[in-house]
Amino acid sequence: MTLSVHLRHRHGDFTLDVAFDSGPGITALFGRSGAGKTSVINAVSGLLHPDEGRVAVDGDTLLDTARGIDLPPHRRRLGYVFQDARLFPHLDVARNLDFGARYAPPGAKGPARGDVIDLLGLSGLMARAPATLSGGEKQRVAIGRALLSRPAMLLMDEPLASLDAPRKQDILPYLERLRDGPLGLPILYVSHALDEVARLADHLVVIQEGRMRMQGLLYDVLSDPAAVPLLGVREAGAVIAATVVAHADDGLSTLSISAGHLELPGVQAAPGTRLRLRILAQDVILSRDRPAGLSSRNILPVAIAAIHSGDGPGAAIALRAGSDRLLARVTSRAVTDLGLRVGMECFAIFKATTVAPGSIGR
Amino acid sequence: MTLDAASWDALTLSLWVSVWATVLAVPLALWIAWLLARRDFWGKSALNALVHLPLVLPPVVTGYLLLLSFGRTGPIGRLLEQTFGLVLSFRWTGAVLAALVMGFPLMVRAMRLAIEAVDPRLEDAAATLGAPRWAVFARVTLPLIAPGVLAGAVMGFAKAMGEFGATITFVANIPGQTQTLPSAIYTFLQIPGGEAQAIALVLWACVVALGAVVMSEWLARRVARRIAGS
Repeated sequence: MTLSVHLRHRHGDFTLDVAFDSGPGITALFGRSGAGKTSVINAVSGLLHPDEGRVAVDGDTLLDTARGIDLPPHRRRLGYVFQDARLFPHLDVARNLDFGARYAPPGAKGPARGDVIDLLGLSGLMARAPATLSGGEKQRVAIGRALLSRPAMLLMDEPLASLDAPRKQDILPYLERLRDGPLGLPILYVSHALDEVARLADHLVVIQEGRMRMQGLLYDVLSDPAAVPLLGVREAGAVIAATVVAHADDGLSTLSISAGHLELPGVQAAPGTRLRLRILAQDVILSRDRPAGLSSRNILPVAIAAIHSGDGPGAAIALRAGSDRLLARVTSRAVTDLGLRVGMECFAIFKATTVAPGSIGR
Repeated sequence: MTLDAASWDALTLSLWVSVWATVLAVPLALWIAWLLARRDFWGKSALNALVHLPLVLPPVVTGYLLLLSFGRTGPIGRLLEQTFGLVLSFRWTGAVLAALVMGFPLMVRAMRLAIEAVDPRLEDAAATLGAPRWAVFARVTLPLIAPGVLAGAVMGFAKAMGEFGATITFVANIPGQTQTLPSAIYTFLQIPGGEAQAIALVLWACVVALGAVVMSEWLARRVARRIAGS
């Protein structure tokens, strides 16, 4: 699966100028509110007609203004899950799902109705009217409806933004199942919440004020110190791959990563499960010597890969930890005082409790 | 309350004419209402003004314009007679046209308001699910505007039942042929001793009007319940 998007659009004073190509899995379009994310996803879906542009999914051209191609939304085969669900108020849940299935192209591959209902836990909701559903339930029905239209790709515009934190945690596992399940359906996922993106995405495109600022594999972009000002200094942080080893009776779990072991609380997955952990740059402490007599139990030997000094008092430091990468944010004074430089070996320390359950994904 | 033969003819003719006018006008009014609510095109305000013209013109003027254009010597009337053998002036068919034209703006207004109240984002969602434009209208827009369509149809029907000025100008007042309920009431009031029949017709007119309102309320509630899904 490949998605290729090139767009230029003027709307009043706002100029959208975005180009990216991505592969299979979940491609996250990240940016602050008003950055132009929804315009991009609408142009991909055919609901917005950009001044100039080209959109292709798996080599099928959906839009090419130079060649006069602009397929209407109903012929693009892109299942769109809106932030506000947009269930049809005059149809119950079962009929909303049927609406998706009705126009699925004959012979198109996709999940069976029963599988979708199981995957999203909809069996108890079938006779309910949309007005009686909670926000999370609506969103699950909307996802099911989009899946049953047998799309070539799913578009999701902030599907969790209108939900409270516990509801978000309810839906995220469904999205992880969609990504990892036998469907392997590619998803273009718009979000302004970096924690969601870090849990879900394979590929990350960062948009700022209508312009594409960074793109690449999630692990690469999130561990790039140059991305720190873009993502926000308090939110930036690398994602590392881990495998659950064991759970102890005291509630701590041991996870193995390429650079050693971590001890973390609140890990729900069974031993052997592969997880991704997001470790915020501001939670990582650097030490030149292996510290002794410290309460923190997560101490990793690392090597400094890059130092990125910003305009403010802080510096972002890229670290190699085994085959993974970490990001640390320290003050520029600390960089000077410790004599940190590229290639130096040191130790990265973070408290177990700083890795929140919401930062742990599959 | 007993009606003589002429009054009975007038009442049934009015019902017949009004049903035809409503049935013919609803699809056209729905299409025009959708164009005005959802599309942008050159001449949109001109179309809007044209649709509303019968509402602001004196009905007699509308009837006379119909006679000029749809009469047997009028450009459209001649064409209709030559191609379809259809004559409108001084026939019940002309009464249908007059009632349709006079009720049309009321229907379009009610339906346009209903369409504008439908969230276009729901229609977008239907399109992204693969529904072609006609299916979006038939399966999403139409069920949601059904109460408004119904209200428009009832208003058009009521207007058709009561239409007098344009009808009498276009198709005259021929008992048994073009004498509708209002024309008959008017006629009875012109002859000595006609008040009894006039009052009987007035009462019947009230019964029909009330019946239409009650039925439309009942239908609207049913539709609303279905949309709310309870």
